[in-house]
Amino acid sequence: MGVTVAEEWLNACSGCEISILNTGEALLDLLPHLNFVHIPVLLDHKYFGQTGEKTAFEIPEAVVGIISGGVRNEEHKHVLNEMRQKSKILIALGSCAAYGGIPAQANMFKNDEILEKVFRGSPSTNPSPNPEHSDVPKWTNTVQALDEIVKVDLTIPGCPPHPDWIADAILALLAGKTAWALPERSVCDTCPVIREKKSVGGPIKRGLTNLDFDPEAGLDKMRCINEQGFFCIGPVTLAGCAGKEGVPRCVQARTPCRGCFGPIRKGARPMVDMMGALTSVGLDPKTLVDRRAIMNRYIGAHGYLTVLPARPGK
Amino acid sequence: MGKVINIQPITRIEGHAKVAIHLDDAGNVVETKVHVQALRGFEKFCEGRPAEEMPRIVCHICGICPWAHHLASSKAVDACFGVTPPPAAVKLRRLMQNIAYIGDRILHFYFLAAPDFVIGPDADYSVRNVLGVIQAVPDIARQVVKMRQMTANMLEDFAGRAIHPTFSQAGGVSKPMTEKERSAMLPLAQELLEFSQFTMKFAKDNVFPKYLDAIKTIGVIRVGYLGTVREDGAHDFYDGKLRLMKPDGSYEDFAYDQYLDYIGEWVEPWSYQKFPYAKKWGQLKLDLDDPVGVYRTNCLARVNVVDQMATPLAQAELEEFRAAFGRPAHFTLLYHYARLIELLQCAEQALELLNDPEITSRDIRAEVTPKAGRGVGCVEAPRGSLIHDYETDADGLITKVNLIVGTTHNNAPINLSVFQAAKALIHDGKYDQGILNKVEMAIRAYDP
Ligand code: SF4
Ligand code: SF4
Repeated sequence: MGVTVAEEWLNACSGCEISILNTGEALLDLLPHLNFVHIPVLLDHKYFGQTGEKTAFEIPEAVVGIISGGVRNEEHKHVLNEMRQKSKILIALGSCAAYGGIPAQANMFKNDEILEKVFRGSPSTNPSPNPEHSDVPKWTNTVQALDEIVKVDLTIPGCPPHPDWIADAILALLAGKTAWALPERSVCDTCPVIREKKSVGGPIKRGLTNLDFDPEAGLDKMRCINEQGFFCIGPVTLAGCAGKEGVPRCVQARTPCRGCFGPIRKGARPMVDMMGALTSVGLDPKTLVDRRAIMNRYIGAHGYLTVLPARPGK
Repeated sequence: MGKVINIQPITRIEGHAKVAIHLDDAGNVVETKVHVQALRGFEKFCEGRPAEEMPRIVCHICGICPWAHHLASSKAVDACFGVTPPPAAVKLRRLMQNIAYIGDRILHFYFLAAPDFVIGPDADYSVRNVLGVIQAVPDIARQVVKMRQMTANMLEDFAGRAIHPTFSQAGGVSKPMTEKERSAMLPLAQELLEFSQFTMKFAKDNVFPKYLDAIKTIGVIRVGYLGTVREDGAHDFYDGKLRLMKPDGSYEDFAYDQYLDYIGEWVEPWSYQKFPYAKKWGQLKLDLDDPVGVYRTNCLARVNVVDQMATPLAQAELEEFRAAFGRPAHFTLLYHYARLIELLQCAEQALELLNDPEITSRDIRAEVTPKAGRGVGCVEAPRGSLIHDYETDADGLITKVNLIVGTTHNNAPINLSVFQAAKALIHDGKYDQGILNKVEMAIRAYDP
C-alpha cells in the first residue's frame, strides 16, 4: 500500500498544506501510492499513543518525511529531530522550512523586544509576564531553516510551493530517485514582460500607484516592473511559482515579485546581485525604502537577517 | 492530584496545540487546558515596514485565510493614509473574499470535520480521516476536490495568487476585471452555488439529524457572541460595525475603531495565545457554570448576531436554523451548520457581484500619499472578527501594530467547551480513543 509518508508543520501558517490539497484531481490519483502514517492536519495520529498512554514522544518511521515551517521553539527542534531520525528522505516544504520565510523577519529583532511588545506593549492586552509553562515551548534564539539543524535531502521552496512541484518531487521519489530540485532559473526567465534594459530612472517608487498596463492586453505588452521604476526582485529569485507553465504569479496580479521562492542557488548573495540588477537598469538601490527587510523578505534565516546594533539617534 | 491525559497534537485543526485533561484520584475531570504553542511576533517585526507592503506581509499569518488578513490589512492601511478605495475596488475585494471563503468552507466541512461525521467519531484513527471519506463517498470526494481546485483557479487566474495574495493595495486593487474575465468566471460561480446547495442538503439529510445527540451534548456552553453586521443589521464579511451579544441575546453595537473600549486581552502563563474578553462584562472568568467576559466569534457567532443574512437562500436557511435552535443558538457543534449557511451566502454573493455592471469598471485605485495616521481595519475572517490596528509615521512606515485574529477570540470559549466535553465524557478514569476524539470535536467545531 504505497510508500509511507509522515508530515509535520513547525513555524508555519498551513499554506503549504493547503497547497498540497490544491493539487486537485492529481492528488486523488497520487493518494493510492502514498501511505500517510502521520500528518496532523489530516490524520489523528498522536505523539504519545492514541490515548496519551506512552511516555516517549513518537512519530512512526516513514520513507518520506515532509516538514513545512522553520524552527522557532524547542518543540519544533524536537519534532524536527524525531522526523529526521524516522524518515529516510527528509523534504523541506516551502520557504519557511527552506529559508525561514516571513516569520524570519523576526530575526531583525531581539526576542525580548518581540515578547515585550506582544505581552506588555499591546493596547488591548493586560500587561503580563511572558507565558512560561512546561507545555509552552521556549523560543529558540532565532528563526532557523531546517538545514541549519539537520540534514535536509530535498527542498521544495515557495510560499506556498506550487502543487505541480510537490507532485513532481513525490513522483520522482516514487520512481526510486533520491534527489530532486527545481531548475536554476530566475523568475525573470519565466516572465513575459517587455524589457528594454533601462528604467524610467529616478528614486525607486513605492507601491502607491498601480503599474502601467493595458488590462485587455497580455503581460507581453506590459513593461518590466523594475523598468517602470518599481522594485521587483524577480532577477534574483528562483523561478517556478506558477508551476510548470504559467507566468510569475505576482506579475500576473500586476504586482512585483517579492522573492517567495528564495535565491536561485544555494549560497547565492541575492542582495548583492539585486543591487547589481537595479543599477544595471539605472535605478539607485540606495533609494529603495526598507531595503534590507524587503530584499530578505522570505530568507531571513541562515544569518541573512540579524539584529543590527542600535544606531545613535534612531 | 491523579493523572493527566495529554492529547497531543490536536489534529485536523489549523495550528499547533495540545490538550491536557487533569483527573483527580477517582478519575474524574478537575481541570483541562488547551495549550497553544505557536507564537511568531508579527506585531513587532512589522514595525518599520512601509505600510503599503503590509497587506502582502501579514497575509502570511494564516495560509488558510490569507485573504482575510490581506483585506483587513488593506483596510487598515487605507485608513492610515486616509484614502477611500473606489466602489469597483471594494467590489473586487469582496468578490475575491467570497470565492476564497467558499474554498475554505468546503475544505473545513469535508476534509477536517467530515471524518467525525461520515466515518464516525469512534472509528479508528487510521480510517477516521479524509482518506476514509474518499473511500466512503468517492463521488462526492471527487466533486469536493474539483470545487476546491476551482476556487483556487478562479483566484489565481484573475488575482495571481490564491494563497498569500498581492491583489489588494492601499487605495484599491492592482488590476481591473475585464469583460472576458467576468464572463469566464460567471459559470464557475454558478457551479459553486449549486455545489453549496448540494452540500447544505447533504448535511441536513445525512449528517445533522444523525448527530443531534452529539450536538446537544458535546462542548455545550452558554456565552456571548461577536460579529460584524451591516447598518441594516444584515450579515457582512467585509464591512460594517461590530455587534457584541450577551448570552441572553441582548446586544450593543460599536464602530471597529472603538474596539479597545470593548475588548481586552488576558494572558495566561500556560498558553502563548491570549484570551480576548468583553471588558464591560467584568474580569475574565473561565468558569464553566458562571463564565464572565467570554464571547465567541466565527460563523455561529455571526449567524447569531445578525438580524438577517444578506442573500435569499442563506436567509431561508437561517430562518429554518433559528426555528430549530433559537437565537442565540448555543450548541457548539452548530458551528458546522452555521458554516454552511455562510457558504451559501458566499456563493450567492459571488454571483451577485459578478453580475454587477460596476465590477468591470476601470476606476479601481485611489491616489495614495503616505502620511502619519492610525487605521483600524476589520473584516470577518472565516474564523471570526479580524482586527488589524496600525499606526504610521510621516513617511508612511509602520510604527505600531496590534492584531486580534479570529481564532484568538475563541480561545476562552474553546477552553470552556473542552472542559465541558471532558467532564461529560470521562468518569471514574474510563476513557478511550473515541472519547478523547469527542473532546477534540468540541475544538474542531470552532475550526481554530
Ligand atoms: S524584474 Fe519582475 S517584471 Fe521584470 S522581468 Fe523580472 S520578474 Fe518580470
Ligand atoms: S512572483 Fe515572486 S513573490 Fe510572487 S509568487 Fe512568484 S516567486 Fe513568489
